[in-house]
Amino acid sequence: MESKVMIEDSQQQNIPKEQSIGPWKMVWIKFKKKKIALVGVFILVILVLSSVFAPFLTPYGQEEMNFTNINAAPSREHLLGTDNLGRDYLTRLLYGGRISLMVGVISAFISVTLGSTIGGIAGFFGGRIDNVLMRFAEIVMSFPFLPLAITISAVVGADVEPETKMYIVMMIIGGLSWPGLSRIVRGQILSLKEQEFVLAAKALGIPNYKIILKHLIPNTIGYIIVSAALGMAGAIMSESALSFLGLGVVPPTPTWGNMVQNARNLHVLRTRPWLWIPPGIAILAAVMSINLIGDGLRDAIDPKSNN
Amino acid sequence: MTTPLLEVKNLKKYFPIQKGFLRKHVGDVKAVENVSFNLNPGETLGLVGESGCGKSTTGRAILRLVEATAGEVRYNGIDVLNARQNELRRLRREMQIIFQDPYSSLNPRMTIGEAVGEALREHGLYKGKELKDRIIEVIEICGLADYHVNRYPHEFSGGQRQRIGIARALALNPSFIVADEPVSALDVSIQAQIINLMMDLQEKLKLSYLFISHDLSVVKHISDRVGVMYLGDIVELASKNDLYDNPLHPYTKALLSAIPVPDPKMKRNIIILKGDIPSPANPPSGCKFHTRCPIAQDICKEEAPEFKEYQKGHFAACHLIGK
Repeated sequence: MESKVMIEDSQQQNIPKEQSIGPWKMVWIKFKKKKIALVGVFILVILVLSSVFAPFLTPYGQEEMNFTNINAAPSREHLLGTDNLGRDYLTRLLYGGRISLMVGVISAFISVTLGSTIGGIAGFFGGRIDNVLMRFAEIVMSFPFLPLAITISAVVGADVEPETKMYIVMMIIGGLSWPGLSRIVRGQILSLKEQEFVLAAKALGIPNYKIILKHLIPNTIGYIIVSAALGMAGAIMSESALSFLGLGVVPPTPTWGNMVQNARNLHVLRTRPWLWIPPGIAILAAVMSINLIGDGLRDAIDPKSNN
Repeated sequence: MTTPLLEVKNLKKYFPIQKGFLRKHVGDVKAVENVSFNLNPGETLGLVGESGCGKSTTGRAILRLVEATAGEVRYNGIDVLNARQNELRRLRREMQIIFQDPYSSLNPRMTIGEAVGEALREHGLYKGKELKDRIIEVIEICGLADYHVNRYPHEFSGGQRQRIGIARALALNPSFIVADEPVSALDVSIQAQIINLMMDLQEKLKLSYLFISHDLSVVKHISDRVGVMYLGDIVELASKNDLYDNPLHPYTKALLSAIPVPDPKMKRNIIILKGDIPSPANPPSGCKFHTRCPIAQDICKEEAPEFKEYQKGHFAACHLIGK
């Protein structure tokens, strides 16, 4: 009995009581400590707000043309100049952010959801289910991205409105980029499910889907967050590639991707840098901020990282 | 005689060996073969044996964490091995398990409160404030404090983690617990604490344990009866005192002779067994122990001995007892 009392005493000395904080609050406290991740949040918030409130930030419309003032250099009226149809470039940049960011977020969301679900199921159940799902993933993976995307886009999105086309593009990008993540998640889960805490959950009567969602996936969250951040960046770029081929979001709707693509000729590159540097920086800022946030979040969620 | 809480009859678990592309079935690892025993309410049955003799598999098959190949398990008369999903869910509240490794048995991303409360929430037993109170009640019984609920497993020592594992098992208020080598991974001083905690809890909560271990002195301390396993079979089963003072099976004799004695001057007759434990994929014919038995005779190679009651409550499987 004496030894028991001593142990409890020493525990109380080491660990002050006020440290008992809920898990989500703890994540927030840790996240706040990461200055660089907060910089990422700051940049992303600016990008999102400026594209959401684009109509209030600029006097021009996104498709408003002015043929008397084409290819103008940056000036007071047009802070980033105008393009070859006399449209205000800053306006297009702000509006373009709406679509680019949305494509990035939604495609990455689709890809992460599919990838972790399929990988989770394959890894947990193993055997035949694993075989079927992984062979399917390999088939999807082995198709070259562009030809497949072109085919799907041509078949599904032939005569639809630009709005619908944007969602189709998101689904194509998300639906083709999950196999990489699913393989990583499956591998992780294969090793995690042999741990005794999974057996313990089974003994407690926790149903399989909850074991996957609450015990297995959270332990692979580091990989999933990194993959989501990279996926978002990749999706913004893929969208621009599809747009360039006339299969993504079509002009006149601006996106950062197709703005960069439109500026892709030697003459423009040399003489009108205001046409390609700003959208390039916007893409870079979006991708970078998302990566910084992803990094910070991964460390904050990990209960073992203490600093 | 009281009705047993748990009856295990001829429990078998074979793990198939598959080979090649077509997964042809080429044999079985006979992890558990013909294990039978009863467990009375409030009793502790120790299960000892070498590594790989099927102790843990027996425990897991009883809880249906691995599906048994054949046999019968009855808990309070309910057929466990053929229970349907919803019946099994109810049984889960009654039968729990404590694991050996306090590190891999706790999810590193779940706080103690979540780990202990998960099952309570799943079975819809408590809600809101009551749930919180119950979690704190359980972890306090196990020697932890209320402010531990929001901490993660890595913030605890091995002994404390094992307490968390016990708390998780106790949350549902079970009456039968499989303790699968619960102290083998701990320091000796911590072992004593955990064993004492388990014995206190048994008294308070009227628990029955199936205590699996390879440590004979720990088993002697905690058990009422002890079963000795060799290559998937129980070779001897008796009350603690009968088994330790008067072992009948030559394997039990050899095991007991190997317990260290804290006296360097004492002369001991350690029976050293020849060779290794044979492969459970291809066990020896007849009595499985005959390849290593110091007193084996011809009959042992041919005929498997019957598991018989030699004295009251003292079972063993050997041809040569009393000869």
